[in-house]
Order: sequence, then C-alpha cells, then structure tokens
Amino acid sequence: MSAPILETRGLTKRFGGVPAVDGVDFKLGEGELRCLIGPNGAGKSTFFKMITGQLAPTAGTVLFRGADVTGEERHRLARHGIGIKTQVPSLFDGLDVRESLHLAARRFHGASDARRIVDAILAETHLDAVAGRKVGELAHGQRQWVELGMVLAREPLLLLLDEPTAGMTPDETRRTAALIARLRQRRAMIVVEHDMHFVRMIAEAVTVFHQGRILMEAPIGEVLRDARVREVYLGAHKDRHA
Amino acid sequence: MKRAADRIGIAAIAILGLGALIGVPHVVELFTLVDVAVYCILAILALSLAFVWGFGGILSFGQSAFFGLGGYAYALAVINMGESTVPILLGAIVPMLFAALLGYFMIYGRISDVYLAVITLTVSLIFYHLINSTAGPEYAIGRARLGGHNGIPGLPPINIPGNAAAQLDYAGTFRLSLGALLLVYFGLRALIASRFGRALVAIRENELRAELLGYDSRRYKLIAFVIGGGIAGFAGVLFASWGSFIGPGVFGIAFAAQIIIWILVGGLGTLAGAVLGTVLIQYLTTWLGQSKSVAALIGLAKIDTSLVLGAVLILFVLLVPSGVIPTLRKLWLGRRGASA
Repeated sequence: MSAPILETRGLTKRFGGVPAVDGVDFKLGEGELRCLIGPNGAGKSTFFKMITGQLAPTAGTVLFRGADVTGEERHRLARHGIGIKTQVPSLFDGLDVRESLHLAARRFHGASDARRIVDAILAETHLDAVAGRKVGELAHGQRQWVELGMVLAREPLLLLLDEPTAGMTPDETRRTAALIARLRQRRAMIVVEHDMHFVRMIAEAVTVFHQGRILMEAPIGEVLRDARVREVYLGAHKDRHA
Repeated sequence: MKRAADRIGIAAIAILGLGALIGVPHVVELFTLVDVAVYCILAILALSLAFVWGFGGILSFGQSAFFGLGGYAYALAVINMGESTVPILLGAIVPMLFAALLGYFMIYGRISDVYLAVITLTVSLIFYHLINSTAGPEYAIGRARLGGHNGIPGLPPINIPGNAAAQLDYAGTFRLSLGALLLVYFGLRALIASRFGRALVAIRENELRAELLGYDSRRYKLIAFVIGGGIAGFAGVLFASWGSFIGPGVFGIAFAAQIIIWILVGGLGTLAGAVLGTVLIQYLTTWLGQSKSVAALIGLAKIDTSLVLGAVLILFVLLVPSGVIPTLRKLWLGRRGASA
C-alpha cells in the first residue's frame, strides 16, 4: 500500500458504555477505493461520523495525510480535504441545484473556477435539466446526485460515500458505479454499501465491519467466499447478493 | 420569472421610497409625518430581526435589548456631549459589542434555537428590571441620569454633523428615518445576495451540510447576529431622538413580542414583509387606540390593543401562516404560471 491518506488507530466510540465502534485500526492508501460492508449497527456510519467530525471519538486517533486530526471540527476537516455524502441526503432544500453546487465550489475556489466546476458537475451528474429547480422538489435519486455533486464540487482528497445508491433505480445505480469508477482515478474513496452487486461493480478491496470491529479485510472475491462473512452478513443479503 | 418579480419589486420600492422622501413632507400634515417617521424607525428594528431570524435562522426574541441599548447609549452620550454625531455612532457600536459578547457565548456554545430565543428574551428582561431600579439620583453617568422607570426625557434632536445648533425639524427627522430605512433595506438585500449572505442562507437551510462543505457556521451566525444588533441599536437611536425620550419599556416583553408579530404578519424570510408587517400592525394599533367609534360599536369604552395584537397573530398563524408577502408572491407567481 502507498503511504496512507487516512489511518485510524484504536478508534472507539461508546454510547452510554455500549461500543458502536471498538478499537478500529484502519488504513487507506492514496488513490485507493475501499468498500465497507457489514450488517446494520456494525458501526460503519459511526466510523464515518468520527472521521468527519460529526462525532468525537471516545478513544483512539484519526490521522489524515499523517497529521493527527482527531476531534477536529467539521468545517476544519472539510478544509483538510475530507468530503462526505451522508446516508440520508443532507441538502439545502430551499436553494436551487446550481446554487447548492456553487456554494460548495465557491468555498474553496474563485468565482470563475467555481462556475466552471459547477458546469462540469452538472454535466457529469446529468443534473443540467434541473439546475434551476429547488433541491426540495427533486426525486430521491436526483437528491442523491445533488449531494454527491456538492461533495465533488469541493474536490476533496478523500471522499466518503455512505450508501450512495440507496433508493436509486437500477439505471441510476449503474451510472453511479460508472461515476465512482471515473472519480477513483483522482482521489481516495471509502464507500459504505449494502448492495453487494454494486460493491462487486466498483470494489477491489473490502473491509467487513461486525459489532463495531473489523471482521475481515480482503479482496472482494475472498470476502464473498468467507464463511464468517456469509454467516454474519451475506446470509441476510442473499436476495441482493444473488 | 421569480427574478423578474424580484426586480419589479425592488424598482417599485426604490421609486416609492424616493418619491415619499421628497414628496411626503409637502403633502401630509405634521401629525401624520411624525407617525410615519416612527413607523420607519420601527421598520428598521423589524428589518434587523428579519435578517437575523429570517436569513440567519437565529430567533432573537429579545432583539429589543439591542434597540434599547442603542437608545440608552445615544441618550447618555448626547446629554453629556451635546452634539449627536458621536452618540449616534455609539448607539450602534455599543449594541454591536454587546451582541458580539452575548452571541459568542450562545453561538459558539452551540446553544439550540429555542434556548437562544429564551436567553435573548431573558437578557432584555434583565435590562428592563435593571433600568427600572435606577430611579435614584446616584444612578447617573456624567450629567445624564438613568431615571429608572421614568426614563430619560428631554433628549435633543439629531443635529447636522459637527453643528449642534442645526437640529433636525419634523420633516428632517422624517427624511432621516425614511432614508435610513431605505438604506438598511437595500443594504441588507445586497448583503443577502453577497457570498456571505448566500452562505448564511445555506447555513439556515442545513447547518450540518454547510459545515461538512467547509463553512464555519458559528462565525457566519455570529457576524449576522452582530450586524442585526447594530441595526437594532441604530433604530433605537432614531427612536430616542424622534420622541426626545427613552424609557425601560423598550426592554419589556410586550415590545419584544411585538417585533415577532410584525415579522410573522409580513412573512418570515422576506425583508419587505418585515416593513409591511410593522406598518400594518402599528397603523392598526394607532387607529384602534384612537378610534372611539370602533370601541363603541362593540360596547367598550376602550379597546385593549394587546388583545387585538394577539388575535391578529392567531388569525395570521391559522389563515396566512407564511405571512402577507410570501402569500402574495405565491399567488402572483401561480397566476403568471397558469396564464403562461
């Protein structure tokens, strides 16, 4: 693995004594794409929230590009270059699509660069036709793309995607997979996803979370064949895995 | 289409405002001129809360505290200095400094919206009780006595900067009040359209998302709160100068609630709504207070304006929940959409 862009050491989050994430040691290389899978409540989203400053860890360390960023505030972590698409789309419902993207781009770019970035993202995410519409009026799949577009507009070094295809049609899911394949050439990514078909489309390496810990880290083929993974997770996802 | 409607609205307000600035003192009687001047001053106060609440998402229930602080700072300074230029500046700066201090603890302490409303109102009520207990002659700053519940009377009118003898007459006070209202209105519109303003609106829409995109929401909200405090303070200066008086009533709960009603009636999230709501409610209050025939009609000697204001608020919340301006805008756009 190249020098890690993200590393966690003993990362732990307890809620009232119950560990949601329990001593996770994790490394992600520059330009690497990793999928996180695991049953509901395994700690994947909590792990993301600690990396992005939405939750303060109970113990452990988060290193981003070698620097300790544990417990830093959300806007500072975003400025370091960490972007997240959350599980439930987190959007500016009262603003239109173009302005939402522009706000994201303008935070780190000049006015003309921001306009160029917004135009490119509108084309890449097929949102041109709804650029002038309020985000709150869009269909669920389009809302997912708007959020993804806003995160991309910042041009993050590390992109965290929490269930990016939830609620998408099969066609939208395929387009998302194609977009992620294009994006991975430019940045490191961690994708949390339950749709194993989608995971197979995009991932090489997979980390399996179970009860707040890492159960296994391996190439996708090996994970799919592993008896423990089948028992704790894939057994419950036979229909989507098939 | 919405932008075209906005442009027409701005042009109409600018033309009407300038026309009123020039023409009104020539055509209305003195009593009306004085009334309209105070409507303008109170509308500036309403604009300060319309900005802080409607665009910054901060419900400052005690916005009257900054209004009162501005008025008292001006009154104490002008009595001691005799000339109004520096006192006017102090009337804006003192509330801004206080807003910065109070806002820092509330906003950086990540106090939730409801508690923030309660704290601001409590602060205003603390000022109310504090000032009320300063009736004795020992409570004085220089030559100016705080006056307790009697307030500070006999304040000189605002003068031309640098010339204490050139004091504004009623027409001058009206022109200053309306001019200031137009300046604050268009200034806030420009601020909301700026990069800062759009980020502020985004934070109001979704603070978490804004922060995950790299915006420090607390900084933006604090700046908005301080600007709102300064504008409210400036309105307090004009109010004190208009009536030659400032008293602790401006810190009271009735006045604080009235500002909220102005905005809810006009429409939260609009600036024009704040102005319209203020004028409508103030006109209604004045008219009911003076109109003996209306009182006689319902068999009363006098109409309790607080009851009427409460009824107006309930009616608006039930029948026009988004307020006058957003409702009119929706109707207008709906009709245009239907005819297109």
